[in-house]
Amino acid sequence: MSLFSLFQRPRTFEHGIYPVEHKELTADKPIRRLPFAPELAIPLAQHKGAPAVPLVKVGQEVVRGEPIARAEGFVSVPMHAPATGVIRAIALTPTADGPKTQAIFLKVYEAASQEVLYDLERDLDAMTPEEIVAAVQDAGLVGLGGGAFPSHVKMKPPAGKLIETVIVNGCECEPYLTCDHRIMLEQSDALIRGIKLALKATGAKRAIIGVEDNKLDAVAHLRAVIPKGLPITAEAVETKYPQGAEKMLIKSLLRKEVPVGGLPADIGVAVYNVGTLAQMGDLLPKGRGLIERVVTVSGPALANPGNFMVPIGTPLRFLLAQVGLAADRVGEVILGGPMMGMAVASLDVPVTKAVSGVVALEREDPDLERRKVYPCIKCAECLKACPVSLNPSMLGELAIARQYARMAEEFNLNQCFECGCCAYVCPSNIPLTQYFRIAKSINRDQRK
Amino acid sequence: MPKPIEIRTSPHLKRAISVDRIMRNVVFALLPICAFSVFQFGLSALLLLLTTTGVAIATEWFFARTSGRGNTVSDWSVVITGILLALTLPPGFPLWMAAVAAFIGVALGKALFGGLGYNVMNPALVGRAFVQAAFPVAITTWTPAFAPGRFTEVIPSTFTLPFMQPIPVKDWIAGLQLDAWTGATPLALQKFQHIELPVTDVFTGMIAGSAGETSAALILICGLWLASKRMLDWRIPAAVMAGAALTTLPFWLMDASLYPSPWFVLFSGGLMLGAWFMASDMVASPVTTSGVIVYGLFIGSLTVVIRLFGGLVEGIMYAILLANALGPLIMSWTQPRVYGAVGKGRGE
Repeated sequence: MSLFSLFQRPRTFEHGIYPVEHKELTADKPIRRLPFAPELAIPLAQHKGAPAVPLVKVGQEVVRGEPIARAEGFVSVPMHAPATGVIRAIALTPTADGPKTQAIFLKVYEAASQEVLYDLERDLDAMTPEEIVAAVQDAGLVGLGGGAFPSHVKMKPPAGKLIETVIVNGCECEPYLTCDHRIMLEQSDALIRGIKLALKATGAKRAIIGVEDNKLDAVAHLRAVIPKGLPITAEAVETKYPQGAEKMLIKSLLRKEVPVGGLPADIGVAVYNVGTLAQMGDLLPKGRGLIERVVTVSGPALANPGNFMVPIGTPLRFLLAQVGLAADRVGEVILGGPMMGMAVASLDVPVTKAVSGVVALEREDPDLERRKVYPCIKCAECLKACPVSLNPSMLGELAIARQYARMAEEFNLNQCFECGCCAYVCPSNIPLTQYFRIAKSINRDQRK
Repeated sequence: MPKPIEIRTSPHLKRAISVDRIMRNVVFALLPICAFSVFQFGLSALLLLLTTTGVAIATEWFFARTSGRGNTVSDWSVVITGILLALTLPPGFPLWMAAVAAFIGVALGKALFGGLGYNVMNPALVGRAFVQAAFPVAITTWTPAFAPGRFTEVIPSTFTLPFMQPIPVKDWIAGLQLDAWTGATPLALQKFQHIELPVTDVFTGMIAGSAGETSAALILICGLWLASKRMLDWRIPAAVMAGAALTTLPFWLMDASLYPSPWFVLFSGGLMLGAWFMASDMVASPVTTSGVIVYGLFIGSLTVVIRLFGGLVEGIMYAILLANALGPLIMSWTQPRVYGAVGKGRGE
């Protein structure tokens, strides 16, 4: 480290917040496997785009890794059987989003092997970019950071747009979550293979792995294992929420902004989560599909928090039982992180491809205590927190006055991506983020 | 049977901060200033503080109750109004007039707009502006600091009967047999006789003036403490002070015998108290980052203009009230540049 670097401020974006991280609960817990749940529920719509279409019938036996649903069109992905067993039903399952959705219920055979028996050897070096894009779709890969957007779609930028830089998102800015941290430490070979595939498929010239500086061990490890001569670098960025938001990380690393209403592709960037690329590097050489993912299961209401390789479709009730859920203490169970994640209404909700974490907060958690809501005192903390530089104070007043259209037209409501910073800092405890969600949904209904 | 799990909307974490805690901390920051005021002016200052704070609380309680807003005294904001009002009044100000100021400040300056968060102007200054117009003699009657016997007897004008003219203090001051007493505050001395008191006296507050505005040093320390807790936006007092100093500078360079020095302007009168504790009032100041700079510079500059060229000795009060009124306009000029906005502004 040079003397100069001591005085260098870490790369970062404007505004944002510093919530307590709670990452020490699981940061040094290696990824472990768990036994299979007796039954898995695999929703057909667990990605953005068209739901998958079942390929199997009730009563049919399937082998771990076998395709059980096909993609419907380009913006869609197939599903694969996470375990060997028999299809019990194709019926409705509860989800975190609220409405129940169609899912394939797979009864897992007792003593089913964790070995994947469904292989198709491939020579990666011989594959053309088009073949890689097709193979990524066949693998059922989606953004594993929580976006669940089909990965292959991002490899094909709109006509006329050129991808120059692949950004690999290893920020993991949500409190409690450490799965990406473990992936960078334990699956770096697969990750680098995945980055090479992404570079080839997109035609980008370089890749930058962005990691928050609370995981400097991961940065050092990656720098050590990246083979010489590859255009891949690992960079530390400031530990600040929401550093892992695509737009923020692009700003931190490249000092560029995604234009309002545009996509990263408009400025020549494609962003992938480290978990997505590690899975890509692991699955593609063998022609396998995505059947499991790393999930951080953490929170104060758990006896043995940790990082686990969880088969898609595992019900939360089973998963939480494995880590010692204190049923009398648990308050909220959140899918994802506590800043942007969604609280589930039922523990029958299954783990899907988008679930990076399951956080069980305590009932008596002082952070969750319902606090008195005061009028806005114009303290301006929300303006200083908003990573896209909105005026949440003004937007909140307009929401209370039900001037939803004005919020969008004059105060850029649609730039809000609901990161929750404004509501987090508000001393008046105004549920700003929820107001904005409601306003956006009302505006959407109005347009219809 | 286990209790059902809970559901809330994200974010599921919240910073441990609340309005009442911020307001309580502002009160704590003001307490040393109150203590110095009582030390300097004795019983009269104490009674003044108790009167304005008590009446302000009672007024808030009454209006919140009659308008069905519940108990709003517990948010502590009205306590700040009461204390600040007392600190801006002359120490011997008749208590009944102080009560009127507190009532008007809270009733017209705050309750009328809908209570905390909705007032356009700083309620304490609204109250003070009212009595400045209504009782011009009493509000400019100053008494000496560190008068002997100040802890055992009150300044005669303090106990003026309601609706009566204030009891004259001339004879009482003469009875104190102070050598240097001229009956004028440092500001008035400078303005009308062009005598500038030593800046150290003005800075430490060993002078006459309003009950709580005399010690610039103490106000600075208390303000910095509050700013360090992120409960006060330091940009506002910094901009007010910069605005005042920069506006004074050319005049002082032109003729130092006629015009005050920038540091005298900063540390005399109500500028410090106004900059740190009244201009910085969250509710009545703009929320945008560049807006607070414009707002602060405007207050500082206007204060000096009033002091140097107006009929009044002090200008901070009207400067803040005017800037409060301009707040919404300043905000509409200074909306932040949204991430990714193309065209004007900084960034890509």
